[in-house]
Amino acid sequence: MSNELLFDLKNIEKRFVRGRESISIFDGLNITIKKGTFVSIMGPSGSGKTTLLNMLGGVDRPTSGEILFEGQAIQNLGEGELAKWRARHVGFIFQFYNLMPMLNAEKNVELPLLLKNLSKAQRNKSVETALKLVGLSDRARHLPKELSGGQQQRVAIARAIVSDPDLLLCDEPTGDLDRTTATEILETLQLLNKEFGKTIVMVTHDPVAASFANVSLHLDKGQFIEQQSSEAVA
Amino acid sequence: MNNFTLVRKNLTRNKLRLFLNCFAIFIAFLLFGALGAIKNAFDAGVELSADDRLVTVNKINFTQPLPLAYVNKIRTLEGVKDVTWANWFGGYYQEPKNQLMTFAVDPESYFEVYDDVVVDEQELENWKKDRQGILIGERIANARGWKVGDRIPVSSNIFSKHDGSSTWDFNISGIVRPENPQTDTSYTLIHYKYFMETQIWGGDWIGWIPLTTQNPELNEEVSRAVDKMFANSPAETETSTEAQFSKAFVEQMGDIGFIIMSVVMAAFFTILLIVGNSMWQSIKERTSEIAVLKTLGFTAEKVFAMVLAESFLLAALGGILGLGGAWLSIKAITPMTQSILPALVLGHQVFISGLMFIAILGFVTGIVPAWQAMKLNTIEALSRR
Ligand SMILES: Nc1ncnc2c1ncn2[C@@H]1O[C@H](COP(=O)(O)OP(=O)(O)OP(=O)(O)O)[C@@H](O)[C@H]1O
Ligand SMILES: [Mg+2]
Repeated sequence: MSNELLFDLKNIEKRFVRGRESISIFDGLNITIKKGTFVSIMGPSGSGKTTLLNMLGGVDRPTSGEILFEGQAIQNLGEGELAKWRARHVGFIFQFYNLMPMLNAEKNVELPLLLKNLSKAQRNKSVETALKLVGLSDRARHLPKELSGGQQQRVAIARAIVSDPDLLLCDEPTGDLDRTTATEILETLQLLNKEFGKTIVMVTHDPVAASFANVSLHLDKGQFIEQQSSEAVA
Repeated sequence: MNNFTLVRKNLTRNKLRLFLNCFAIFIAFLLFGALGAIKNAFDAGVELSADDRLVTVNKINFTQPLPLAYVNKIRTLEGVKDVTWANWFGGYYQEPKNQLMTFAVDPESYFEVYDDVVVDEQELENWKKDRQGILIGERIANARGWKVGDRIPVSSNIFSKHDGSSTWDFNISGIVRPENPQTDTSYTLIHYKYFMETQIWGGDWIGWIPLTTQNPELNEEVSRAVDKMFANSPAETETSTEAQFSKAFVEQMGDIGFIIMSVVMAAFFTILLIVGNSMWQSIKERTSEIAVLKTLGFTAEKVFAMVLAESFLLAALGGILGLGGAWLSIKAITPMTQSILPALVLGHQVFISGLMFIAILGFVTGIVPAWQAMKLNTIEALSRR
């Protein structure tokens, strides 16, 4: 974990307008995330965890405020630029894996590489490496429906890391898995954080899952309460 | 994997749906291709008629004869360019079912009037010199495999010779080739003089008089002048342009073109609805996948292009198979329709308009789903679970 900032969020406001009603999720949120941190975010349902993750990942924008990524304000980038920025910097991992059902594991993993200018050989190499890292080399040709939930989530992780992004955003990545499988997935995330220096922001409802992170945050009523900060979580 | 693989995998993910859509498109384009070719074959007669060519026939009925002397009288009229004459022979080869449309014509003037076909100069010379010579249309030469120099028996189901036989032997002197491939050449030409001398009825009557005018604008005037010249004579005439002649024939058979195009358009419109609905449904089912693609960094334009590419691919797949099927069916039935519809071919005109309709189909069925996919709100789509 370095001392350089990956994210610096300044005075974030987020309001949703529904009809005449306007609900405020965040009202002046400030938070920084250092490079190489594994952050977990917990909090009651509806507290804005997913909304925050979406803003960090450049799929949603704050109503006002600034999101600095490595010093660059991303909230004002155009749609196209933001898409490019995501492809370059962010890997997403969802609760329900969200793999393409008609593509096998290998092709699912290859998907983000279609956005890069790589040769076939380079793409194959990256896919192979990513699948090996999540321990699924032997399932490369399987379709999602032929894989267990845990295995599908591994494919999703491989897809998230295949283009070597700095940041992984995980929304309840173990929410749909049993304890043993969940632990495997969390260990993989931890490995990616420790060995490969990926910054990870993970939303979870599970305190055990949160304990794998080295910074645990609690989100409530649009504000953060830092619970623990340690670098040595087993 | 490349973008095309992704489009292809999306298209083929639901095999049953793909099959049904493809089949519907296939049928529509099969109809389009086959009926289009048939319509063109009917139109060909009208379109390819030279616009400066008139035909004078007996007013009573075109099977009634005219005196040969009319030819020279017509030649004196103002505005007339070339005049020739012809007689119906009613030929067949070996058996009456092998119809061989044969005209007895004047070798010297025939090609002055019919200048949309060509005969090799040497072959034409040989034919003019050989009383028993016959010129055969390219279409017949190809269909029967006859060559210059062959001797063929041609029978008439109307006339007979002095010896009682109704079969004449002819030497093939040359081939009549069209300048435009759709021009009909499924006929044969023999010498008028030789025919008249050898058949038992004798005389110097003729069947009809084809002529050209100096200028298509004179057509009306010339045809009126011709008919006026022979008014109140024992053989009154009726002169019309070749195009009118063919058109009247086609119109008599009901407006085939209109009926055919209505059928094709109804089929096309139906598949537009079926396939459009199916594409829309299929994209709707993929909402969360499209949201994921966008999250991964696929731009809205790229998603738009991919959906549109999918609908184009579907239209092309079914459509090209359909046009191919039409081509095969037309090929299969041509031998049977030679005598009724000699110009029946799936020409590139039909093929190209087929491709155009494929493109329209792809675009119309894909544009709405593509637009929806492009405009899809990623956040809402991902939380809709
Ligand atoms: N597109 C939207 N339009 C209107 N309101 C929204 C929209 N997205 C989220 N919200 C509201 O914002 C609040 C925060 O939603 P969010 O999904 O971020 O919560 P969460 O912390 O992720 O909850 P959970 O733990 O249930 O996933 C909720 O009250 C939700 O109803
Ligand atoms: Mg959430």
